[in-house]
Order: sequence, then structure tokens, then C-alpha cells
Amino acid sequence: METHLSILLILAGSVLHGLSGVPGLWMSSRSATGQRIALLLSLCGSLLGLTGAAMGLLGYGANIVTLPWSLFGESITVSVDGLSAFFLVPVFLMGGLGAVYGLGYWPQAANPANGQMLRLFWGLAIMGMSWLLIARHAGFFLFGWEIMALSAFFLVSTESHLPDVRHAGWIYLATTHAGTLALFALFAVFHRITGSFALRPIAFDEAHLGMLTVLFFLALFGFGLKAGMMPLHFWLPAAHASAPSHVSALMSGVLIKMGIYGLIRFIGFLPEPPASWGVIVLASGCISGVFGVALALGQHDIKRLLAYHSVENIGIMLMGFGLALIGRTLGNPLWVALGLAGCLLHVWNHGLFKALLFLSAGAVVHATHTRQLDRWGGLAKRMPYTAFFFLIGAAAICGLPPLNGFVSEWFIYLGLLHTAQQAHNGWTSVALAAPILALIGALALACFVKAYGVMFLGSPRSIELSTVQEAPLSMRTPMLVLAVGCILIGLAPMLIVPALEVALRAWNPAPSIPFPGLLASMAPLSSISLFGLALAAGGLISFFLLSRLLKRRGIERTITWSCGYAAPTARMQYTASSFAHTILGLFRWALRPRIHYPSTKPLFTGSARFETHQDEPILDRQILPIARFVKQSFLEFRPLHQGFTHHYLIYVLVAVIALFIWTMPIHRLIERLFSR
Amino acid sequence: MNSLLNAALVLVLALNLFALGTSRILTVIRTVTFQGILLGILPLLVHGHPSLPAVYASAAAILLKGFAIPFMLTRAMRDVHIKREVEPLIGFLPSMILGAVATGFALIFAGELPLADEHMTPLLVPAALSTMFIGFILLTTRAKAILQAMGYLVLENGIFIFGMMLVEAMPLIVELGILLDLFVGIFVICIIVNHVNQAFSSLDTRHLAALKE
Repeated sequence: METHLSILLILAGSVLHGLSGVPGLWMSSRSATGQRIALLLSLCGSLLGLTGAAMGLLGYGANIVTLPWSLFGESITVSVDGLSAFFLVPVFLMGGLGAVYGLGYWPQAANPANGQMLRLFWGLAIMGMSWLLIARHAGFFLFGWEIMALSAFFLVSTESHLPDVRHAGWIYLATTHAGTLALFALFAVFHRITGSFALRPIAFDEAHLGMLTVLFFLALFGFGLKAGMMPLHFWLPAAHASAPSHVSALMSGVLIKMGIYGLIRFIGFLPEPPASWGVIVLASGCISGVFGVALALGQHDIKRLLAYHSVENIGIMLMGFGLALIGRTLGNPLWVALGLAGCLLHVWNHGLFKALLFLSAGAVVHATHTRQLDRWGGLAKRMPYTAFFFLIGAAAICGLPPLNGFVSEWFIYLGLLHTAQQAHNGWTSVALAAPILALIGALALACFVKAYGVMFLGSPRSIELSTVQEAPLSMRTPMLVLAVGCILIGLAPMLIVPALEVALRAWNPAPSIPFPGLLASMAPLSSISLFGLALAAGGLISFFLLSRLLKRRGIERTITWSCGYAAPTARMQYTASSFAHTILGLFRWALRPRIHYPSTKPLFTGSARFETHQDEPILDRQILPIARFVKQSFLEFRPLHQGFTHHYLIYVLVAVIALFIWTMPIHRLIERLFSR
Repeated sequence: MNSLLNAALVLVLALNLFALGTSRILTVIRTVTFQGILLGILPLLVHGHPSLPAVYASAAAILLKGFAIPFMLTRAMRDVHIKREVEPLIGFLPSMILGAVATGFALIFAGELPLADEHMTPLLVPAALSTMFIGFILLTTRAKAILQAMGYLVLENGIFIFGMMLVEAMPLIVELGILLDLFVGIFVICIIVNHVNQAFSSLDTRHLAALKE
């Protein structure tokens, strides 16, 4: 009964979301009524969906329910087990918050051309995601997947009058189709093995290892492409940068996690994974993490920077999942629990802080009409709330206590360090991933010091600060909710642990591994929260003491980085390029940024420019040149079709004659003609 | 009966070559008309004893190919005031030689096909193949729209000869369906001919390439 109720709630919520944009289509393109209706429907849908997901997380939804519809001759089955419910929460949360944010960020009156379309596909994307999450039928899963993927294409190309946006949209469309193609193959093989479209674990004696390896790599490609795993991440920066900011928040915070969900779900179906799979996932996680954050450091566009951080965080999730897979192979429940808990919790956490970062960056973009870091500066004076929210998100994404990013990374650290302790011969080297995780965290910290410093501190570079206004309430409220989420998980991680354990048990492919109570006993959660509280209190107290001290001493405020110059100007500040230059130098061998050094040949040189530019290593240097080559090769065929009917008829004739000759037994003919 | 059938088929082949070798459009139309009537008689000859479906098919084919289509085509030709094909892609003599080669090829090829015994002796299969090839040659080498329509007709005649082998197996309705297709096709071409002539002051279908984007 409870299962039915939670599924009913989620289906109702998803359909409400899916329909939210529809009434607006019949409204005037300048009236705000459609947007208000959409907001109302979205909020109701989110409320219903979150209730359903919460029931799932309490363990009420694990039974498989058969819906009264069928697809490919099999009835559609759905279920809200812990894993599905865990991923449903960010979907519905962001679905509602994004609709609120859109009220201020993308008002219908200011965007008559595309506001209706944006809201329609926003709702449809939420609907598609929730369907694929509850699906237990491969066809239904793909159905939801495609609704999500295509809606995301329309969301990315909202501002399709801009050539850059169209370009990003097409690249996204091509890659998502490539991924779906792999998923088709995946489900075809799956169907061949299990004999039905029902998504269920494959029994050990059902398939041999070769078949399972094919499934593993198809899943890794198809879902990895959506998740933005390196080197399949190339569609992601442009798509995130081109979309409206709340769409970027949805895509980065929620949509790419569907790839992670797919990976966790499907690899969980494969019995007895060889250890190499876990190592592959862990290694690709490390690569995504390090190079994702290194690429982020080289960006000058805030939204591209945040997009590369998504690649980095996907890497962290994959590290956790890879550890869980290795643990499953070796039959070590501890590694499974800690790795997967870290991975899943990071899904939530990244959903929270990345959405928060995109929304606050969007507020800045909205106020200043540029995405270039080097134009900003000093915005904290005009946009204090936004600056504060961005700071929370930035600290959380760097994995600093007492915020939520720390907790999930802590789980993964614990798991990785356990591999060094335990006596599985030869697996201590897995612990080497721990310093890589630390490296990722440190680089992320450098990157966000750069981003926050350049955006909000110092003095404005090429914007007029007096014209900048703080974001309206409709945009600040979603940010506040997300920031509270970040702080809450960071300070009281034990609240999340029951939900995590339900999700772990839902995934648990080997029933011999006991989970309940494991996480709480393994990770010192209460001391984390105590430590976090102490840190927060200490920070606040020292802040107030210091500011009182400064006030008493009568120290006046001046421009940041004035460095004692008599007449400092805004151009004397660190820029995004100069800040990241040293660190980028360490990665120059891999990323090969383009650096234009100023020429300082004559003694008294004139004006000179220094620029760095980091292009996308996979897209710009590998895929686009290959695509251009293919296009050129096809141009060779152009003379063959000039539009003359005669030519086409001759082609038909040639084909017919060729078929004749092919079917004609030539050797018999020759025998008959030339032998006696 | 076989000798009579073969004689008719040889005549069809000769008409094919004649159609390839002449430049006067009216002559081509008459040649193809004659060929059509000849083919209309074929169903009666193939199996010796005329059955009712064979008679129907025969009557429909003669009516259509002997009278309706030639009438439409001559009307269209008169309307656009042209008499000759002046600039074929391949000259008249070379296309005749090509046609002869194609006929030879068809004869050799038909000898190699694994056919049922009752189809071995008559010239049905080679005549069908060669008529189809020659229809193709007409279609591809002639520039004027009307002559292309003739090529289309000859091509269909080849298919019709093939159909003779199945005249008892194939339902009448299929045969009539093919004839209806042909009729509609020619009807449409006759209308288009007029429009092409008005738009380009010529019947050369190569001008249609100008419509390419």
C-alpha cells in the first residue's frame, strides 16, 4: 500500500511538473500569468514528489509495482527503492527551486520569445528524470531518459538567436544521441541475456564474463557521457555556459547525476565484477577530478569554470563508486559502504552547492550582463547576499568543514585510507587515490579563491558598480534554501545517515554484506558535527572580535590590494589569468593553454597585452578537427549529385547492371564460352 | 504457339532498336504504341488457350498503351510545338549500338538464369531484360521530357513482358494496378511537360537542375 502511495505521489508530482509549462502556451507572451501558473504547478509537483521520495527513503517504496500500461509487449514496472528515492530528492528539490528562481531571472515579460518554451521544457526535463529514476522496465527507462535529454537540448538552446548557444546545443544533441545509442545497445544485450525488459540483477550463471564486460563498457560510455566523465565531458562546459543559469544549475546539479545513477544501478546488476572494473572507474574518477579542476582554473568565464568543477565532482563520485566496486569484488563491506555512501552523499551535496553556485553566479550575470570574470570586482559591496551565498557554495565545493562537501569527501577518504590498513594483498595501492582527492580539494580551493576574489572582492574592473543591484527576493530564496541545506548536512550529517543506509541496502548486490549501523559505527559523525560546530563558532567569534578590534583602533577601509600605492587603480589587481597562472603552469604539459606573452623587446616598450586562453582539450583539439576532416571528405562526393535527373537514372542503371553482373555466375559463363 | 510468341518478341526487340535510332518524336510515339499493342496480344499467346484474366489484361493493355497514352502524348507534343530530339546525351547511332549490346547481354544473362523449364525456350526473359535496358537508355540519354516519358513506357513494357511468365499466378488486380500507375504517371508527365515548356521555353529536363537549392 505504501509503495503504491509513494509511486502515486511521485507520478503525480512528475506529471504536474510536466504539465506546468503547458497552460502558459496559450497565454499572451508578455503576461506573467502563465509563469505564475507554472510556478504553482511546479511547487505542488515538487511537494508531492518530495513526499513520495521521502517515503521511499523511509523504506516504503521498495516493492515493484506494475502499471496498467505496457511497452514492447511487457507491462511497465516501477519502484521507488532507496536508491531511486535518493536521486529523486534533488530532482524535485531543484525542479521547484528553479521555477522560483526563474521568476526573477527569466521573467516572461522580459523574455517573450523564449520564456514559455523554457518553462515547458523545464517541466518536461523534471518529468523525464523522475520517470527514468523509478523505471524498472528498460523501455520506460529509455523513454524517461530521452524526454530528459531532448528537453535539456531545448533548455540549452533557449537563446537560440546567439550562434554560440546554437553551437553548444548541437554539440550537446550529438553527444546525447551518441550516449543513447550506447544505451540502446546496452539494453539490447541486457534483453538478450535476461530475456525480458525488466531491469533486474543478472544471475551469476546467466552470462559469461565477456558479455558482462561488454555491458560494463557500454554502460560506462553511455552513462559516462551524460555524467561528464573525462574524456567524455567535452559537451558539458559549452552547454552549461550557454544555458540560462537556473538551467545550468539543474543540468549540473541534477541532470548529469542521472549518468551516475545509471552507472550505479546497472553495474549493480552485473554479478561478480572483476577487480579491473572498480580500478577503471576509480582511475577515471581520479583523472576527471584532477583535470576537471585544472581546466576550471584556466577558465575566464564563470559558468564554464563552474561547469568544469562539475567534471571534477563527478570524478569524486566516481572515485567513491570505484572504491565500492573494488570492495564488492574483494567482499569487503566496509569499502562498499564507505565508497558508495561517499558517492551518493556527494550526489546530494554537489546538487546543493553546485546549484547554489550557479544560481548565485547567475544572479551576478543577471545584474552585470557579462560572464567574464575579469570584468567584475568588488561586487560584494553591492550584492552582499549573493556574495555570501556564493561563499557558502564555494567553501562547500572545496570540501571545507563545517559544510556538506567535507562530509561526503570524508567518507571517501575514510574508505580509501582503510584500503591501506587492511590486509588485502596488493590493494594498498588504492590508498594512493587519497592524496589525489586531497590534490583535487586543494586545486578547487585555489580555483574558488580566484573566482570569489575576482568576482566579489577588490574593485570593479570594467563594470559600473553603481548600476549593479542585489538580486530580487525570488532569486535569493532558492539560494537561501540551498545554502541552508549545505550547512545542515555539514553540521548534522547523522540526519542523512538513515537515508544513505536505505539507499545502500537497495543497491546491495551481494546480500551477504550487512549494512545497518555500519556507517554510523564507521564514520565518527557526531565528532564531525561537534568539530564543525566548534569551527563555525570559533570563526564567528574571531570575526566579531577582530572587527571590533579594528573598529576600535580606527582602521579605515580602503581598496583591496592597494598594496601601499599612492594611487592604486583597478588594473593593479590580480586578474583571473594572473592568479591561476602559476598553478596552470604545473599542468601545461596536459592542458596546453594558449599564452600570449607581451613583447618587451625595446627598453621603453609601449602598451602590451598578456593573455591566456584555455580551450577545451578534447572538443577543440580532437573531436572538431576530426569532424572537419570527415566533412571535407564528404565534399568529394558533391560532383556526384548536381540535380540532373539523368545522372540519378544512370546511377540506378549502373546499380542494376552491377547487381546483374554480381548475380551472374561468371565462371560458368566463361567455361561455357571458352571450353569445349 | 512458341514460334508465334518468339516472332512477336523479336518484333518487340526490333521496335526497341528502332525507337532508339530515330529523332522524330512522333515516330517514337508510334513505335512504342505499336510495341504496346503487340505486347497487349502477348497474354493471349503465352499459354495457348486464352483464359478470362488473360483476356482482361490484354484488353486493358491494348486500350491503354495503344490508344489512351499515345493520344495524350501526341496532344502534349502538339501543344508545345516540338517535333524532334535535337541534343541527346548520346547520339542516335551510338545509342542503337548500346541497345544492341544490351540485348546481347540480356540474351547471355538469361541463359545463365536458373529458370523453370517452361520459360527456357521462348525469348521472354531476354526480351524483357533487353526492353528494360533500352527503356533505361532512353530515359538517361534523351533530354526532352516527352522522350523520357517514352523511355518510362518502354521500361514498363519490359516489366510487362516479365509479368507474362506469371500471367496465371499473378492476380488480375495487380496487372491492372500497374497499368493504372503507368496511366497516371504519363498523365502527370503530360501536364508537367506543358509547365516545363512555359517556365523554361524548352522541354530539356536538364533545366530542372536550376531548381536545386
